[in-house]
Amino acid sequence: MITYMFSIAAVAILLVMAMTLFRAAIGPNTYDRILAVNVFGTLAVILIAVLGFLKGRPEFLDLALVYALINFIGTIAVAKYIRFNDMGIGTGRDEGGDI
Amino acid sequence: MGSWVDLVACLFILTGSVFVCIGGIGLLRLRDVFERMHGASLIDTMGLGMIFLGLMLFSGFNLVTAKLAIILGFVLVTSPTATHALAQAALHSGVKPNVDDASQNLLDKTLVSERENIGE
Amino acid sequence: MLRLFSLFFVLSLFWLLLSGIFSVLILILGINSIILCVFIARRMAIVDKEGHPIHLTYLIGLSYFPWLLKEIVKSNIEVAQAILKPSLPISPRIIHVPAGQNEELGQVIFANSITLTPGTVSIAHEPGRITVHALLNSTAKVLERGEMNARVCLLEGDTLPSFNGSEK
Repeated sequence: MITYMFSIAAVAILLVMAMTLFRAAIGPNTYDRILAVNVFGTLAVILIAVLGFLKGRPEFLDLALVYALINFIGTIAVAKYIRFNDMGIGTGRDEGGDI
Repeated sequence: MGSWVDLVACLFILTGSVFVCIGGIGLLRLRDVFERMHGASLIDTMGLGMIFLGLMLFSGFNLVTAKLAIILGFVLVTSPTATHALAQAALHSGVKPNVDDASQNLLDKTLVSERENIGE
Repeated sequence: MLRLFSLFFVLSLFWLLLSGIFSVLILILGINSIILCVFIARRMAIVDKEGHPIHLTYLIGLSYFPWLLKEIVKSNIEVAQAILKPSLPISPRIIHVPAGQNEELGQVIFANSITLTPGTVSIAHEPGRITVHALLNSTAKVLERGEMNARVCLLEGDTLPSFNGSEK
């Protein structure tokens, strides 16, 4: 029974991934697209974990962990790049480079 | 491991899937960036949290559960940070939220004082 | 010094949880890399109050995080209902929330808790004040009551500022 539940969850996540891609394609401005990509990354983390359990190979969780790390850094980096057109700029008086 | 644990795990995963779907619908239905962030945080907290809780219950007490807990804690710390950075970037490059006039005035004043603070 | 030992302990736990292999060679490699990490962190001078907060009152934290989870679940259900209704009954607005924490770390915890709760996103920050974009009337009201602020102050170890309004 629980295997069916994993399949249902995987299908739901894939469906929402399609919605997210749609939003990333039509998003009126850049920030909609970044937000959509961020959500897509979170969904990918969940999907990798669920697929690992579905296939009986929980080693997939290491991939999910790395994906979560890259997703966070990527979102911050892209937001900063779009905002300043530069990755190495500093904004504050005391500590440079915060967004 | 009794079968009722599996049943509870099923329930958690089902709830999580439903909330993921609702978050996706919100991402499509809501009207501007700042509102869509609320839909995104629905997926980040309840969707991911419930599904991971279900998986933790299903796998029992071992290293896999610990890894799931680490990922869950990491996402719960980083997702608000990313959302806040995105909101800041959107605000400072002039995206207007879809709010009433009083709120808009409040926001304009905040932005002006913040620009003075960071000396732009 | 206490912070360095604490960092060593946390890193060892993290290594053991991630690797799951307990042969001698792997353990020696792990201890070496942990010592290297602690050394680099000490040279970068990031093992301070912000980088490794062991001074928070974690006994109170034990009651804060379940409370935060309860709030998250409650506002999740409210936001989900609002999204699913065909009339889309949302009323987005901007509010100011006072943040009474003394240190930056407490304010970061407060702002992150606000953003983690669906229905409220912290969009700008000045010392002592956080600007919040709220999606619904109810989520804005919960924040304006100031209970979360008071609880984060407690977590930081300050005296409790009084919050108006009653819980239930």
